[in-house]
Amino acid sequence: MKAAVITFPGSNCDDDTVFTLQHTLELEVDRLWHKDAKDLGEYTLVVVPGGFSYGDYLRCGAVASHSPIMGSVKQYADNGGLTLGICNGFQVLCESGLLPGALVRNIGTNFICRDVSLRVSSTNNPWTNQLKVGDELVLPIAHSEGRYIVDEQVYSAMKEKDQIVLSYAANPNGSLFDIAGVCNESKNVFGLMPHPERASDLRTRHGMGIWQSFLNWSAQAR
Amino acid sequence: MKALVEIFYKDSVFDPQGNTICQSLQRLGFRRVKDVRIGKVVQLELDTDGQSPADAKKDVENMCEKLLANPVIESYTLQLEGK
Repeated sequence: MKAAVITFPGSNCDDDTVFTLQHTLELEVDRLWHKDAKDLGEYTLVVVPGGFSYGDYLRCGAVASHSPIMGSVKQYADNGGLTLGICNGFQVLCESGLLPGALVRNIGTNFICRDVSLRVSSTNNPWTNQLKVGDELVLPIAHSEGRYIVDEQVYSAMKEKDQIVLSYAANPNGSLFDIAGVCNESKNVFGLMPHPERASDLRTRHGMGIWQSFLNWSAQAR
Repeated sequence: MKALVEIFYKDSVFDPQGNTICQSLQRLGFRRVKDVRIGKVVQLELDTDGQSPADAKKDVENMCEKLLANPVIESYTLQLEGK
């Protein structure tokens, strides 16, 4: 199985993500530069990592969402490819329309960098199928624009279709309905503000639930 | 021709920056300040040779919809100036 991790100018969690995929999950990993649009069909997973793509100019993720590689990612995701956006990657996926909603400035204006407690809200997807609804995950967040906003009508539809995947146990940033991570209607695209790649070693293994779910899903799909 | 685009969070989206500045102003004694919203201004210089003002406006609206503003969270206004 092969995974791809995308790097934009200003990405800074790409190394951590590559490390986790290579060393913890023992996957083969390609690094893709944002300018190199190409067919992504050979990959089992494409990750849009965290950071500050294009300096967060205009809006977080706005410029990245129009970069050449995102055309390839859209095509890959539309074909059902497993696509994961972490932190800035989540913002990029929302800006590109692959995920509903948007992420805005935290209530309280602070950059928040600490571990938070999350609850698993749904498990019928490639990302949390090895967990149970209500399970607690403790994962680090590091963002100043992580307040998830979506209009109520879209939210109702998302809830009905089980698209709310992770919720904050104690809302740190003012996210609507405590939302920390969502997927698209067909569940193959997942975005979350917390960083599972920073919690997948011997000391903090809470991120592993997400990776194991992905591995399990991909093994069954083959 | 110049275009000036103003972008703000929609009224329904809480603006923490504006709220903070509002409180600071009130603390400075400007008690008549009731609310502050912080937005962005984008100034565009356009080549509108052979283009009608209506088409130029449509172009800028397209830019707003595609990149400059995010309709999920923001609203915008635009003004065209000069020739």
